[in-house]
Formats: sequence, structure tokens, C-alpha cells
Amino acid sequence: MPITSPWRADFPGILALAAEGQTYLDSAATAQKPQAMLDSLLGYYAGGAANVHRAQHLPGERATRAFEATRAKAARWLNAASVDEIVFTRGTTESLNLLAYGLEHLFQAGDRIVVSALEHHANLLPWQQLAERRGLELRVLPLDDHGQVDLDQAASLIDPRTRLLALSQLSNVLGRWQPLAELLALARARGALSVVDGAQGVVHGRQDVQALGCDFYVCSAHKLYGPEGVGLLHGRRQALQRLRHWQFGGEMVLQADYQHAHFRPAPLGFEAGTPPIAAVIALGATLDYLAGLDAEAVAAHEAALHAELLAGLGRRDGVRLLGAPQVALASFMVAGVHSADLAHLLTEQGIAVRSGHHCAMPLLKSLGLPGAIRVSLGLYNDGEDLARFFAALDKALELLR
Amino acid sequence: MSLPAAAREALDAFAACPGWEQRARLLMQWGERLPALSESERSEANRVHGCESQVWLVAERQDGHWRFRASSDARLIRGLLAVLLARVEGLDSAQLQQLDLPDWFNQLGLARQLSPSRSNGLNAVLQRMRELAKTP
Repeated sequence: MPITSPWRADFPGILALAAEGQTYLDSAATAQKPQAMLDSLLGYYAGGAANVHRAQHLPGERATRAFEATRAKAARWLNAASVDEIVFTRGTTESLNLLAYGLEHLFQAGDRIVVSALEHHANLLPWQQLAERRGLELRVLPLDDHGQVDLDQAASLIDPRTRLLALSQLSNVLGRWQPLAELLALARARGALSVVDGAQGVVHGRQDVQALGCDFYVCSAHKLYGPEGVGLLHGRRQALQRLRHWQFGGEMVLQADYQHAHFRPAPLGFEAGTPPIAAVIALGATLDYLAGLDAEAVAAHEAALHAELLAGLGRRDGVRLLGAPQVALASFMVAGVHSADLAHLLTEQGIAVRSGHHCAMPLLKSLGLPGAIRVSLGLYNDGEDLARFFAALDKALELLR
Repeated sequence: MSLPAAAREALDAFAACPGWEQRARLLMQWGERLPALSESERSEANRVHGCESQVWLVAERQDGHWRFRASSDARLIRGLLAVLLARVEGLDSAQLQQLDLPDWFNQLGLARQLSPSRSNGLNAVLQRMRELAKTP
């Protein structure tokens, strides 16, 4: 039976792209948006914009209420202990940079930061640069053949000198959930802070930051069917208290004179300047939309699509998967075929997939690959999208071989 | 300025292409005509940084006229390089500077290969050629 998505019609973007002959299979890069989010964005601007937290006038009060309502929805979405644990940032990348600067004062030369070999540049470079600034040792946890952090090696690499562990929850290249429970327990046992990059993980199933037990959890709205320019930084209350302020300006200050100032605590102390008000409000609309879906049905749909993707790739000669993906995406290369050539011919046929190093150059280098093709799925994709992809793949391989 | 013979040939062939598939086949055929570069020519100095495909450009000037050779590990990029070299072969710096290379790809029906979101290295090759053309 063909796989259909009951939510496809809620996403005008996927319908528009399909009408244009484009099969969108790049949701791990950014997702299409539900109509409810578009309505919210337009509704805010059309109804009268105002800055938040600053004015006592009615438009300002209305904007502030809507803005803060998203904070509450985000806190519920992640099961945060309190709304004050949610900081709005520009995205995952900014959240991670905020942490790398805000925690810098806690590190001394010789301390260790541990990441994994599969990290996206966003969860590698801020720590790498912090290590350079402070004379720290950056350790990299190796992976097993499935693309999962090797727990035996992690147990010895995460040692008492480890001050911070930063890990992706779900790899954007390998599509594999990482064994966070075990790894976070190791970090806790060593007294290290923990940071989870949930950019991919937050999109697939509900995540519970209290159950995870990490100090910080970060993600972006735009991959979660929300707008660009908004990210979330969740921090446990005690962890947020250890952060130093990093960007200074309007609204993050309590008291200022010419020579000195005192700053607000989290979250507002970390939201200097005017935030992306419309986008934050629109994220709230996305979260409402997502909360209204049957979560089990979404998970079952995504699992069925993913299984069909893996089965189809598995039936084709010479296709080699990167790791053993479990959800959302699959990256692959084809023996004897340059992935750039394959990408070129898929593009010619209106297949929107990603090719290249996927912002994880060290990982691709360690696999000995110049690049790979990544097919990634959203809840609006259906079996016909995959059928078009496979037909195009076969055509491309026929031309190239 | 009259087209070099190879460029005229490329223009005729690509203009006659009815669709993407024939264009892709033709690109690969043109790519196969590119003479291979030696190991020493595929050096870091000659490398033009694209993204996932590697591209090398060897530029020499004889009596004021440019002679380019190029290669890539990706077949379709080799084809794009071949039709590029067909157009610039034997030009002097002034001619090279005046040449509208994006328009050349446009005439061949290959304009999308130069779109800014592409990481195939072709834009970088054009950039390198423009820089070379400025050298006295």
C-alpha cells in the first residue's frame, strides 16, 4: 500500500514545490512550514507590530504576551522544569556559541572538553576554538560501525579532567540516535557539564530534557517546521546560573550607569537586543500545530517512510549507507560513482537532496569520503516522493555507469 | 570576436540538446576529451577549492596567449571544464577579461551550473581565471 501523509496538505511549501516538479527530500537542512505558522507570522505583522518587554502600551503588551506564550509552549514541548529555563537564541549555532563563551570562565589550561566524531561543525568549532583560547584538550569520542559513539572507549576518554561533554542527540549524517543516557551518566559521574545538540533529534518524537538529565539542550526552530532565526537554549536552572553574560545591550540589563552595569539572570539576560518577535510568535503556532497531531501516527509514518527508503537503497547495487540510520534520513554513496555527479543528475531531475560533507567535514574525512548524498524526510513526505527519488536515482546511475 | 572552433562546436552541440539527459551525456563526452593531468599537475597549488569535487586548473601563457588545462575527479565537472576551456583557449588577458563567462554557460543552456548555491567549483574556476587575466 502506498504511504500517504495525512499532514501533507497542511504544508503549502511542499505542495508548491511539488507543483513545480521538485521533490523535497532535504528536511534535515530545513523543513517546510505549516499553514498555521504562516498565518501566525502574517497575523502578527498585519495586526500591528510592537517591541516586547519595553512598552506599557497595548500593542507592546499584546506582543509581549504572545512572545512569552511561546516560551511557555517551548518549555512544555521539551518538558522543562520552568519557563525560565528557556532562552531564545538565533538558532542552534548561536546557542552553542553562547555556551562556549558563557562557560569559558569555568575552564583552566589542561581541562578537557569531549565531543564525538560525528559532530556537526556547530557543535565542534565553538568548543575547538574555546580549547584554543584556553589551552584545553579537545577529545573526540570514536564511533562504531553503526555510527554510534563507542561506549567502551567513551568510558575511558571521559575522565576526571573532563569539564564538559558536548554531543549530538541524532546525527545529521548518520541518522542514528546516540546513547545519551549512558554518556550523560558518565559526564555526571565525572562532574562534567553536559550539552546536547538536539538540532536533529528534536524533530523526531518528543524530547524530555528532565528525563535526559543534561545541563543544556539546544535546537533550532526552522528544522522543527518553524521559522528561521529562532533557536532554543534550554538550561537547567543551576546550569544557567553558571553562565556569564556574553552579548550586551538593550533589555538584558537591570541597572546601568556609565562605568558599571548589573545584568538580568536567564532567560532575559541572554536575550540582548530586540529578538525576532514575529518568528518567536510563529514558533508558538508551529508548536501548537505539532502538539495537535497524533504523535504515534507521526512516528509510525516516519518509520514507514524510513524503512521504505532503506529498503529501496538496499535493493540497488553498489549503494553503501553511511552507518546504520534509524530515523529521518539516510546518507549514502555508490561504488564507482562520484557523489557530485550523482547530485548533479538528481538535481536535473528535480530531486532536492543534499550532497557534500553536510557540515561534518571531519566525519566524512574519517570515513574516507569526499562527500555523500543525504535523503532526509519530513512528516509531509510520502511514498510517491520516494518513488520519484528512486526512479531518478536509477536513471542517474544508468547514465553514469 | 569570432568563436574558437571548439567553442562553435560546443555551442552547436549543446544548442541542439533537447533535454537534460542528452545534455548530461554530452557533458560527459566532452569531459572525456579533456587530456588527463599528471600527478604533479594535480598539486595543491593548482587546486581550485570547490566543495566535494576536486578541481585543478593549470594555466600557462605563451606569447601573451593563455593555455589552460583542467581536470576534476567528477565526470560532469570535467565536462563543464571542457566547454569552458573550449571558449577561453588562446585568448590574451584583455580578451579573457572582457569575456562574459556566465553568458557563455547561459548560451550552452548550462547557466544553472553557476548558481550561487552550487558548490561544484565552477564558480571558483571562473574566479581564478579572472584573477589570472588581471596579472600583467
